[in-house]
Amino acid sequence: MAESPFKADIERVQKEYSEKMTPGAIATIPGSSVINKTGSWRVFMPEFNRDKCVRCYLCYIYCPEPAIYLDEENYPVFDFDYCKGCGICANECPTDAIIMVRETK
Amino acid sequence: MPMRKVMKANEAAAWAAKLAKPKVIAAFPITPSTLVPEKISEFVADGELDAEFIKVESEHSAISACVGASAAGVRTFTATASQGLALMHEILFIAAGMRLPIVIAVGNRALSAPINIWNDWQDTISERDTGWLQFYAENNQEALDLILIAFKVAEDERVLLPAMVGFDAFILTHTVEPVEIPDQELVDEFLGEYEPKHAYLDPTRPITQGTLAFPAHYMEARYTVWQANENARKVIDEVFEEFEKRFGRKYQKIEEYRTDDAEIIFVTMGSLAGTLKEYIDHLREKGIKAGAAKLTVYRPFPIEEVRELAKKAKVLALLEKNVTFSVGGALFQDFSRALINESEKPKIVDFILGLGGRDVTFKDLDEALAIAQKALNGEEFNEVNWIGLRKELL
Ligand code: SF4
Ligand code: SF4
Repeated sequence: MAESPFKADIERVQKEYSEKMTPGAIATIPGSSVINKTGSWRVFMPEFNRDKCVRCYLCYIYCPEPAIYLDEENYPVFDFDYCKGCGICANECPTDAIIMVRETK
Repeated sequence: MPMRKVMKANEAAAWAAKLAKPKVIAAFPITPSTLVPEKISEFVADGELDAEFIKVESEHSAISACVGASAAGVRTFTATASQGLALMHEILFIAAGMRLPIVIAVGNRALSAPINIWNDWQDTISERDTGWLQFYAENNQEALDLILIAFKVAEDERVLLPAMVGFDAFILTHTVEPVEIPDQELVDEFLGEYEPKHAYLDPTRPITQGTLAFPAHYMEARYTVWQANENARKVIDEVFEEFEKRFGRKYQKIEEYRTDDAEIIFVTMGSLAGTLKEYIDHLREKGIKAGAAKLTVYRPFPIEEVRELAKKAKVLALLEKNVTFSVGGALFQDFSRALINESEKPKIVDFILGLGGRDVTFKDLDEALAIAQKALNGEEFNEVNWIGLRKELL
């Protein structure tokens, strides 16, 4: 899997994220969502078949997280730190290049 | 010059809101506080108050809109009562947890079932654990003044908590009394503009509000609400003092009446304090050493002041219009907590009365007095007493 393009942000927020309680538990450094990895509650995961993909980007557009980004050749890449396994990408994909399989690890 | 007008507590609350100049008012009408948003919507429509008046489809939405507006950084106000306040319940916790200084005027009314639109304090008392500050008005003037005070305390940087001001359904909400409306300039000086420092909407200074807290942080977040409540004790005293300097009306967390040599001190809140003072005069004429005390502030609970009060009496007789099942009234619980480790303490007798708008008369208070006197004389007495019950119906 390619490296997340948010890596720099993640590192910055991890470094700066205040441990001190603010009034109203307000997060004063935006971007804390990048360190709360929401991929942990996934039951099914998308499995990608590059040969079937026509690079229409429907999966990329519809992913609600958004946990899909595009590699240098504009093929979708899935970020399993944040993919919640909703299956919307598989549902939208016109060529069945994405199928949902049970999370094994 | 301050203006004197004859008005209901509902109107007084609307006037207080007008003077405080909130930017957003969101409200849903409910008896007996409907007139508050009605009057405010008139002020807005007539251009007398420059604010956004949001009509919503429920109290849940009213308080949600207030939370949104307050989180965006403006002064916010609403009014409700009874089931309406209960419908706000979950959002009340959110407002306190997010430390949003929203102010609610509550026409204190009984809760269903059975449906009852008349006065008791069960609505606000039931919200005592939300983290909100709570004030109770004895008359229409206090309804106006306490709303201004509530804004000032709520917005103090050491506090930053929402506040509710209760005034008894119909006894105050629908009864006219002369009320002094302070000058706008004086109120402006007293309150100032609300300058949000922690909760605001500004794309150049992005923040995340309404965050998720894992077990590692949740307790600490709740503790900051606890701390803010503790801080409010001192801030309330300061604001009361400043209010007296500017407007000449004196407020105290606990107001006493003829307590100096009293053996029995009756304690209550809200409009019942008026009846009670009359009753104390009546007892004094008969040579009975009784006094009265009124809680103006119920949350934060004035623990130190209660301890001071307790030193003055042999019996504290609590008159309360609410029930905490299997315990008595909520005040009974609070007073017990305040005094539990005191070496010398008065006997505490609890009286539940006036529920659902039942009039509290001298006859009822006589009934309470008789039990309080038993406690005074060292005889056996009931700790929790329902006064004025129609036994023939039971
Ligand atoms: S399964 Fe859902 S969350 Fe995961 S990549 Fe597909 S659309 Fe996005
Ligand atoms: S929706 Fe399917 S075909 Fe289109 S880009 Fe995504 S994986 Fe490829």
